[in-house]
Amino acid sequence: MRTARRTTGGVALALTAILAITGCSEQSQGGDEASGGSSESSSAELAIQPLIQIDAEGAEAPAAETSSAADPAGDGSATCDGVAIAMAGALTGPNAALGTNILNGAKVAVDKHNAANADCQVELKQFDTEGDPQKATQVAPSIVADDAVIGLLGPAFSGETKATGAVFSQAGLLSLTASATNPGLTENGWTNFFRGLGNDDSQGGAVANYLTGTLGAAKVCVIQDDTDYGVGLAEVVTETLGDAADSSCSAKVKTGDKDFSATVEIVKSAEPDAIYYAGYYAEGAPFLSQLRAGGVDATFVSDDGANDPEFVKQAGDASKDAYLTCPCGPAPTDFATEYEDSSGQAPGVYSVEGYDLATIMLAAIDSGVTDRDGMVAFVKDYSGDGLAKHYEWDATGELADTTTWIYQVK
Amino acid sequence: MSLLLHGGQLYADGVIDFDLGRLADNFWALTVDGLTYGAIYALVAVGYTLVYGVLRLINFAHSEIFMLGMFGQYAMLMLLGFYPSGNAFDKGVLLTVVYLCLAMIGGMVVSGGAAVGLERLAYAPLRKRGAPSLVFLITAIGASFILQEFVHFVLPKLTGGELGGVNAQQPIRLVVPTTQFTIFGADVTNVDLVIIVAALALAFVTDRFINATKFGRGIRAVAQDPVTATLMGVSRERIIMLTFLIGGVLAGAAAMLYTLRVPSGIIFSGGFILGIKAFSAAVLGGIGNLRGALLGGLLLGVMELYGQAVFGTEWRDVVAFVLLILVLMFRPTGILGESLGRARA
Repeated sequence: MRTARRTTGGVALALTAILAITGCSEQSQGGDEASGGSSESSSAELAIQPLIQIDAEGAEAPAAETSSAADPAGDGSATCDGVAIAMAGALTGPNAALGTNILNGAKVAVDKHNAANADCQVELKQFDTEGDPQKATQVAPSIVADDAVIGLLGPAFSGETKATGAVFSQAGLLSLTASATNPGLTENGWTNFFRGLGNDDSQGGAVANYLTGTLGAAKVCVIQDDTDYGVGLAEVVTETLGDAADSSCSAKVKTGDKDFSATVEIVKSAEPDAIYYAGYYAEGAPFLSQLRAGGVDATFVSDDGANDPEFVKQAGDASKDAYLTCPCGPAPTDFATEYEDSSGQAPGVYSVEGYDLATIMLAAIDSGVTDRDGMVAFVKDYSGDGLAKHYEWDATGELADTTTWIYQVK
Repeated sequence: MSLLLHGGQLYADGVIDFDLGRLADNFWALTVDGLTYGAIYALVAVGYTLVYGVLRLINFAHSEIFMLGMFGQYAMLMLLGFYPSGNAFDKGVLLTVVYLCLAMIGGMVVSGGAAVGLERLAYAPLRKRGAPSLVFLITAIGASFILQEFVHFVLPKLTGGELGGVNAQQPIRLVVPTTQFTIFGADVTNVDLVIIVAALALAFVTDRFINATKFGRGIRAVAQDPVTATLMGVSRERIIMLTFLIGGVLAGAAAMLYTLRVPSGIIFSGGFILGIKAFSAAVLGGIGNLRGALLGGLLLGVMELYGQAVFGTEWRDVVAFVLLILVLMFRPTGILGESLGRARA
């Protein structure tokens, strides 16, 4: 037993080796049969690229003319003093990328404005909510208390917007969001809230019509996650698809899931023409790669929650040809250059919206607006083109005409 | 919640589907998938069961040992010169196998080392002071959080953002699943084969090690009667370390096999649910019982996929735990009974 004690460590190491070698020999067994195990490597780098813009019926809508877009520089003769616009959203934390996209877009607009208007220097104040409704409720009062702030770009996410809406509404502070798409947000009677993009209902309806129309899908499996966003979107898509939505292969996944075997098998045996996934990239990407690994070749369509470079990184080759929609428009080349010069990175989703909406608020300041009431009134009556789309709101604060962009991984 | 029999389908207020047709249609495919997951559960379950057998401790940090194993094999692949890419590396069968083995060893070393380190740093000092068993449990849960947050926040800073952080690691793919043959219409891929065969081989070796070697006899002796075992010259401390090492090494191997199946699963939170499932598998089979853990793992893996087909995919975890409760109602010590099985005899 004494020797046993001394050699325990050594034998433990040997055990490790034995286990490893056994594992190896067994693997070679499996591997030998796997003669086709390695795929040919394609050299092209995959990326999410804009395809077309569609309207609510799923038909192609011509992209906005960037030449008619409002210019934040104005005529260069504006005068103002001590006014600021605020941006609120996730600037740190897990969802920081989205907030940063919006902020950097707005920065381009403000910098352009301030460079052209020596007598009107508008400050862009940033407030970090981490995208967390609880944090946002702590931040909101300090935005309201800052008298210089006469307009707010944000909040960025639906949850935090819902949580802070009453505070901004009471203060009469314009809340112009570039990314919060939950349909219920405009049903709260907030007269200061305007949405600079289509909501989930308009996105879901448009993509469902696009699926059955342009893509010609007769049988679609709708898969949803368990977030408000995914559930709401799946409901609209299923409803609009009508008979094309096959309830026998509809399935639900949970946030944090990484393995979708049963869902893949159910979808596989249903042999659909297309699969619609309502949720975020963290689950959507592994789901897609397991679908492809399981031999399902059906067209894959997902939403703006999956419309993120991380989706392509995670799903790799499997993401090829996947369709991703977004109520947000792609960045025109000129804007992309300015954006990269300013922030050192390429524009992402909602960057263009951030720029367009900041431009509208700057136009209000240039026209002589100096207080919060004036700002809300200006936006309410605003009608004009931006880089992404035409901006004009209805009485509830939704855009009068909404469009959805279809992107494809290529 | 009223259950109505409606057109051959059961509805509980429209919340839960009941669709036996889906199970019948996909029975064999689900069985194959279930066995691959079950094999992984089984390997992880061994770690829970051995430690429980020896220490009467549920090592809740074992799920994080598994998670570290995923990062270990990933780091090993990076050291070997691989990088995250959308495309699978085409290295030929032989080299791929060699690289997979090296990756597995990377996972085993990290997991085994972490398990022993956890034992030395967290549990051994408590044992020395004769802490009550609840303190061990709390320590295990605390260690679990510490390891998760380490990978979440500290590891990316140490590695310049290469490892860890809030997003899953971008997959490094060595093998693309390709169908090798079909059983009753169910595709069996190379990845399925590798996982099942490697896991069963490791399970067999572990079983032999515990039941037929001197060290295994030591483990069984300590599990059965620590005081007498010590009187007979068995070093309890060393046996405990050995037990943690075996559990960790198997978790590391399981981690590598798991990433073959779920390449995007390498994330700081990626061990948690799987660990709870493996723990359930250990209890299902009879905690402290090595063969019970293996049986429980395979059973749980298969049943939760059947359950998903019948009741809807979102009910996976519910099915797993209801199954656990049902089995424990009728066999409170698990299917094969508590204790290290025949070891006690």
